[in-house]
Amino acid sequence: MMMSPQTAPFSPIFGRLTLDSLPLHEPIVVVTFIMVIIGGIGVVGAITYFKAWGMLWRDWFTSVDHKKIGVMYIVLGLIMFLRGFTDAMMMRAQQAISFGSNEGYLPPDHYNQIFTAHGVIMIFFVAMPLVAGLMNYVVPLQIGARDVSFPMLNNFSFWMTAAGAVITMISLFVGNYARTGWLAMPPLSGIGASPDVGVDYYIWGLQVAGVGTLLAGVNLVATILKMRAPGMTLMKMPIFTWSALCTNILIVAAFPVLTAVLALLSLDRYADTHFFTSTLGGNPMMYVNLIWIWGHPEVYILILPAFGVFSEVVATFSRKRLFGYSSMVYALVVITILAYLVWLHHFFTMGSGANVNAFFGITTMIISIPTGAKIFNWLFTMYRGRINFELPMMWTVAFMLTFVIGGMTGVLLAVPPADFVLHNSLFLVAHFHNVIIGGVLFGMFAGINYWWPKAFGFKLDTKWGKRSFWLWVSGFYFAFMPLYALGLMGVTRRLQHFDDPSLQPFFIVAAFGAMLIALGIAAMGMQFYVSIRNREQLRDLTGDPWGARTLEWSTSSPPPDYNFAMTPVVHDNDAWWDMKQNGYQRPDSGFQPIHMPKNTGIGVILAGFSVAFGFAMVWHIWWLAAISLASIIGGAIFHTFNYDRDFFIPEEEVIRVEGQRNAALVEQG
Amino acid sequence: MAAQQRDLIVIATVLMLLIIIPVMVLTVMFARRYREQNEAVDYDPDWDHSTALEFVVWAAPLLIIICLGAVTWTGTHRLDPYRPVERITAHKALAKDVKPLDIEVVSLDWKWLFIYPEYGIATVNEVAAPVDRPIAFHLTSSSVMNAFYIPTLAGMIYTMPGMETKLHAVINKPGDYEGFSSNFSGDGFSKMRFRFNGMSEADFSDWVKTVHSADKTLDRPRYLTLEQPSSAVPVMHFGTVTPDLFEAILNQCVKPGTRCMSDMMKADKQTAAGEGRAPTLQDMGEMKGHIAEDVRLHGAGLTPPDRKLRAERTAMNDPSVQSSSPSTVL
Repeated sequence: MMMSPQTAPFSPIFGRLTLDSLPLHEPIVVVTFIMVIIGGIGVVGAITYFKAWGMLWRDWFTSVDHKKIGVMYIVLGLIMFLRGFTDAMMMRAQQAISFGSNEGYLPPDHYNQIFTAHGVIMIFFVAMPLVAGLMNYVVPLQIGARDVSFPMLNNFSFWMTAAGAVITMISLFVGNYARTGWLAMPPLSGIGASPDVGVDYYIWGLQVAGVGTLLAGVNLVATILKMRAPGMTLMKMPIFTWSALCTNILIVAAFPVLTAVLALLSLDRYADTHFFTSTLGGNPMMYVNLIWIWGHPEVYILILPAFGVFSEVVATFSRKRLFGYSSMVYALVVITILAYLVWLHHFFTMGSGANVNAFFGITTMIISIPTGAKIFNWLFTMYRGRINFELPMMWTVAFMLTFVIGGMTGVLLAVPPADFVLHNSLFLVAHFHNVIIGGVLFGMFAGINYWWPKAFGFKLDTKWGKRSFWLWVSGFYFAFMPLYALGLMGVTRRLQHFDDPSLQPFFIVAAFGAMLIALGIAAMGMQFYVSIRNREQLRDLTGDPWGARTLEWSTSSPPPDYNFAMTPVVHDNDAWWDMKQNGYQRPDSGFQPIHMPKNTGIGVILAGFSVAFGFAMVWHIWWLAAISLASIIGGAIFHTFNYDRDFFIPEEEVIRVEGQRNAALVEQG
Repeated sequence: MAAQQRDLIVIATVLMLLIIIPVMVLTVMFARRYREQNEAVDYDPDWDHSTALEFVVWAAPLLIIICLGAVTWTGTHRLDPYRPVERITAHKALAKDVKPLDIEVVSLDWKWLFIYPEYGIATVNEVAAPVDRPIAFHLTSSSVMNAFYIPTLAGMIYTMPGMETKLHAVINKPGDYEGFSSNFSGDGFSKMRFRFNGMSEADFSDWVKTVHSADKTLDRPRYLTLEQPSSAVPVMHFGTVTPDLFEAILNQCVKPGTRCMSDMMKADKQTAAGEGRAPTLQDMGEMKGHIAEDVRLHGAGLTPPDRKLRAERTAMNDPSVQSSSPSTVL
C-alpha cells in the first residue's frame, strides 16, 4: 500500500465524520459555500414568499407526467451544468497561470478533485439528464401515447438521478471528492492510494443515480415498444424515437456493468476484498476493461439522441422529408451494436498485443461508416430544401461542421500507433470535448430551442439566442483548438503545473475561449429570461410554430395532461405532416373520460432515503445506513399496497379543454 | 519510431480529409444555396431517396476505412512496442550481434527509477542511452499506474504494479530529451518528470562510470524508503544495486517476509491445477526456499515476468545478505 490508512477517529454516532471534515481551511470552498447558502436562502425565501411550495410539490415534485419530469430533468441538467462549468473555468485559469515558479492558485489535491468532479458532473449530471429530459418529454408525444409505460417509476428515476447529484454536491462542503479522474481507476482509487471519503462519494453518487438511469432506460424501451399509436410500425417511427430506442437499449445493456464494477470496487474498499488490487489474485486491468465496457456505449448513449434531434430539426427546417430514412435507422442500429465492440481502444497503451490493438482499432473506424452516412443524409436532406435558419437549424449546421472534425480526430486516435503518441494527451481531451460539446451539447441546445415552444407555449427569443450561439461556437473553437495543438506537441492531460513557458500562450487562448463560452452561457440565461418576460409577444397558439412533421406538433402547446384526447392513427413516418397534407380536422365530439395515473410522493421519499444511505455509507455511519436502507426497501414495499393510484379525467373536462383549443385555432385562422 | 508514428498520423489525416473537406464544403454550399430567401432554386419536398446516392454515402466512407484499416493493421504490427527493434534508422540496418541495452523502469510515487542490470547501477529521474543501440525497457510500477513516455523516442506504455510491460526503441540523435508520466497517478503527477539523454558511445561510458562512482547503494531498505511518496525529486545516482531488485519489485516482495507473487502462482499451479485442489498451508510451507523459475503470469495479454529469477529466495528475503554479490562492473 502506498500510504498508511488514516487512523481517523471513529465514533459510533458520526462514523468518521468530524468537524475537521468541513473544509474550513480552504478559502475558495468557504466562499463558495457562503455564496451557495446565500443563494439557497434567496431561492427558499422566494418560494416561501410566493407561497409556491404547495404548487411545486403537487404539480412538479410528485408529478408522474412525463412532460413535467422531462422538464425537471433538463432543469437539473442546466443547474449542474453551472457547477461543472465553474470547475472548467477554474481548471482553465489554473493551467493558464501555473508555469515555472508560479504554482497557480490550486494545489494538486484541490485541482485533482476539480477535474474529477468536472468529468463526473458533466457526463452523469449534465449530459445524461439533458438527454433523458428530452427523451422523456418528446418520445411519448411523438408516438401518440398519453404517458410512458410506468409513470411512477419515471418519477422515481428522476429523483434517483437528482439524489446522485445531491450526494456528489455534498462532497463539495463535507469532506472532499475523489482525486482520481472521472473513471476512478484502481489502484489509484483503491483504499491504499485513496483512503479518504472522495472515492466513496464518487461510488455512492453514481450508484444511486445509476438506479435511476437504468430504470428510466427500461421504462422508455417498454414505452417505445408497447405504446405506439396504431399504424406506427417500427419503420414508421420518427427518427428521434428510433434514436431514443437505441439509446435506451444501450442503457439497459450497459449500466448494469457500471453498477457491478462499482460494487466490486466498493467491496475492495469496504470489505477488504481483492478484485482490483495487484496482489492476492486481483487485477486492476479487470476494472479498466469493465468500466470501458460500460464507458464506450455511454458515449453513444449521449450522442444518439443528439443525432435524433438533428434529424428532426434538419427535416423540419429544410421543409423536406428526411433523406434516407431507412438508412438512418440502419445506421443507428449498426452504431448501437458496434458500440460494444470497441471498448479496448481506450487502453491500447496498456500492452495488449498488436493483433488485439489492430482489431479494436479497425472496429472503431468501422463506426465512422454509419456515422458518415448519417452526415451525408442530413446533407442531402438540406439539398433542394427551403432552409429556414431558425436557432435549431443554426445549431445543426454548427454541429455538422464541428462534429466532422471531432470524428476525424477520433478515427485518428483509433489508429493504435497514433494513439501510442496521443493517448492521455490534450489532443484526446480536445477530441472528446469536440464531439461532446459539438455533438451532444449542440444537439441539446438545438432540441431545447426546438421543443421549448411545445413545452411552454411560446418561442425562445432569437436575438439573445443568436448571441449565445455565436459566443458558444467561437468560444468552443478558441478553447479547444489550442488543446489539439498542445496534444500534438506531447502535452499530457490533468497537469496542475507546467515547466515549459513556451506552452503558456496556448493555454491563455484556451482560457479566453472558456471566457467566450461563459458569455455564451450568460447570453443563454438572458435568452430564457427575456423570453419568459416577453412570453405574450412570443406566444404560439397553433401548437405547430415551425411547420413541423411529427405527432408532438399536432397537440396544443403546452399539451394537455393527457397529451391526445383521441389516439391518432398513423399512416406515414412524418405522421403530422401527412395529416396536414390530407386536410386533417380536429374532432370536436365523441370524447370519453381519460384514465390517468395519480401523482405520488414515493419517488421523492425513496430518493431522500437514498441520499441518507449514500451519505451514511460514505462516512461509515452504520446505524444511519441500516435505517435508511431498511426505509428504502420498506417504503417500496409499502407503496405496493397503495391501490389509490389512478383517476379519470371526466368527459366534460376533456370537452372543455379540447373546445378551448379548437376555438383558439379558429381564432388563429 | 516516433518519426514513423508521426508519418502515420499524417497519412491517416490526409485519408480522412479526402472525405471531411467535401462534407464541410457541401454543408456550407447547401446551407447557402437552399436558404429559404433564395427562391430561384429547386424545391423538392418529397424527395427522400436515391439508391445511387445512398450507395455512395455508404461506400465512400467504407472505401476510406478499408484503406485506413490496411494502414492500421500493418502500422500496428510494425510499430508494436513489444517488437524488438529491427532497424536503427530507415536507411541503416541493425548489426546481427548487437545486444539491446536492458533498462528496468519502475514508476514510484512520484518519480522514476531506472535500473541498468548490465552495469549494476540505478538512477532516479534521469536515464541515458547510447545512440543507435536498441534499448529494451522492462517496466513496472510500485503502487499505482503510470505511463512511461519520452515523446522524442517512442510512444508511451503503461506501468502497472505486479505486471511487466515492454518497450523497444532506439535513439538516433544525441540530445537531452524530456520524459514524463502520461497517466494521472495522484498529487505529485505534474512533477513526475525526468530527462532522457541520448549519448555517443564514449559519453555513455563516461556517464555509466560517473553513476558507478556514486557511493550510494540501492538495496532493499533503501528502495523501501525511496518508494514512499515524494514529489519533484532531484536526480539520484546509485553506484550499486541489489541484484534482482526489479524482479522483487515486480513480484511485490521487496519487503522482508512478503511472499513473491511468482511463488504464490507457482504454488497455485502445482497444487490447484496439478492435483485439482486448492493449495493448503502445507503446500505453501513446502514452497519455502524454492527458486521460482519459469513462472508465467497469465491474464490480460501481458508479458509475464519470464526472465528467470537469478537469486536464491533466501537471499531475496533476508536483508542482511543484500548487495553482497558484486555487480557486473563496466
